[in-house]
Amino acid sequence: MTGPRGLGPLVLGIETSCDETGVGVVRGDELLADALASSVDEHARFGGVVPEVASRAHLEAMQPTVHRALADAGVTWSDVDAIAVTAGPGLAGALLVGVAAAKAYAVALGKPLYGVNHLAAHVAVDRLANGDLPEPCVALLVSGGHSSLLVVPDVTGTVEPLGQTVDDAAGEAFDKVARVLGLPFPGGPHIDRAARDGDAAAIDFPRGVVRDAPYSFTFSGLKTAVARWVEARTRAGEQVPVDDVAASFQEAVVDVLTKRAVAACRDRGIDHLVIGGGVAANSRLRALAAQRCEAAGIVLRTPPPRLCTDNGAMVAALGALMVERDVAPSPLDLPADPALALA
Amino acid sequence: MLLLALDSSTPRVTVALVDVAADATVRVLAEHADDAGNRHGELLAPAIQRVLATAGAAPTDLRAVGCGLGPGPFTGLRVGIVTAASIADGLGVPAYGVCSLDALALAHREQPGGLLVVTDARRKQVYWARYDEEGRRVDGPEVSAPDDVAAAARGHVDRVVGPGATQWSDAFAGFAIDESDPWPQANMVARLVAPRAAAQAPTEQLTPMYLRRPDARPPTSLKAVTPR
Repeated sequence: MTGPRGLGPLVLGIETSCDETGVGVVRGDELLADALASSVDEHARFGGVVPEVASRAHLEAMQPTVHRALADAGVTWSDVDAIAVTAGPGLAGALLVGVAAAKAYAVALGKPLYGVNHLAAHVAVDRLANGDLPEPCVALLVSGGHSSLLVVPDVTGTVEPLGQTVDDAAGEAFDKVARVLGLPFPGGPHIDRAARDGDAAAIDFPRGVVRDAPYSFTFSGLKTAVARWVEARTRAGEQVPVDDVAASFQEAVVDVLTKRAVAACRDRGIDHLVIGGGVAANSRLRALAAQRCEAAGIVLRTPPPRLCTDNGAMVAALGALMVERDVAPSPLDLPADPALALA
Repeated sequence: MLLLALDSSTPRVTVALVDVAADATVRVLAEHADDAGNRHGELLAPAIQRVLATAGAAPTDLRAVGCGLGPGPFTGLRVGIVTAASIADGLGVPAYGVCSLDALALAHREQPGGLLVVTDARRKQVYWARYDEEGRRVDGPEVSAPDDVAAAARGHVDRVVGPGATQWSDAFAGFAIDESDPWPQANMVARLVAPRAAAQAPTEQLTPMYLRRPDARPPTSLKAVTPR
């Protein structure tokens, strides 16, 4: 199935799994629009995303964001071949707003509906920036809600989880350490910025290992180690070197992320690594991944930071690929599944 | 004109397709209700498709959408509201909202006397509204403890209706509890919005009646991780 102009299917994608209301429009692997409404400012004073606040914001933002996406893409509903939506994993109440909206548009307009996995969409978005997705590839997905290593033989159907965090997500660790350092929420960009003026070797923070799970992550021990280190300085009446702590903490996180991602590629004999998720916007993660992939002969694919964070375009990108590969549309009783497993 | 009406403010998700005449009288073409529990999101879209199919209508035949705005448990309520808003938006037809308790009250307007409508608000509270003998809402919608609602309504109402009345029958012991038609019905939502639809009134922003703020408190101070 292809779009009216024979350039790949035109798909509108809706993403509401966390605090971003994203509506994207793609034609095949071409990005046409990426409209976003974020409720992040409403969560900042709580130090984390409040599900009910996010759900209310999604409801308010839905129609305006859909309109903006269609206008930015320069298309009308009659041009749209299919509607894709994040069915999970994510916050239950937040997911439901997007899923219900997508179904309603699908019913009203007689368009096929595609429920997609949020993590698979983070991988598929790479095609909008770098062209055809290499399959199989290894994907490292790191965000405030996820830290996963995946083997991706077929992003529309077969995605094999290799490992994930056993406690905090990487982005969650950034948020919590930012709080300890008195930096604002969300912590990622602020730690990234502070770390640029710091010494990454100043403090030897622990690299957590999960027993018998070589591709899994643990960040809660690291987070506690940073808090203890900072408390000890504070109690001793010393000034906390925020830049050094930020740089050393960040180095500990990106060291284990990149080391295990490269190991997964090597062990599986796969020579393409895709990095996605909000933490993939981190400059040190991008730099170290590039360096280690080059040394290991692995081709690194990183979408631009704007497409790494949650957005609707990634959902549309995966939806378009599902249409191209004749994947059957989802039924109208498609549930929003907060713990949706990878196929 | 064809109007689609729905309500998801209670565990009963309800959809109706009606024909609205120029004088705003309503003829029900198809209606469907499911005991959704927490599965509003799974049941609503198929129910809409079912009522359309039953009546032999296409989505593009719809000229307006009506929706109950609650109050009701937030997650299910939002499913109905975003569905109604998206259908109306996708078709380019107006959307109209009503208080879901008004829809429930309308089903009981035939009987004389003042009416109290009570639905479950969880956390040992109820959503409620009070109606006079003419069927006009004179108090509410509000969310309160059942005992407080009963105390305030004493002497003002003759009957209590809605799922909250039987659930909190102890609190409403002194009242006549009417157990008939305890759930909102989409055809009642349709009747309430029909005058606006017939008059081709401008579309409305469908804003949920939450009546409660989100549960969240800003953190006070950091917890120390080092034992003293």
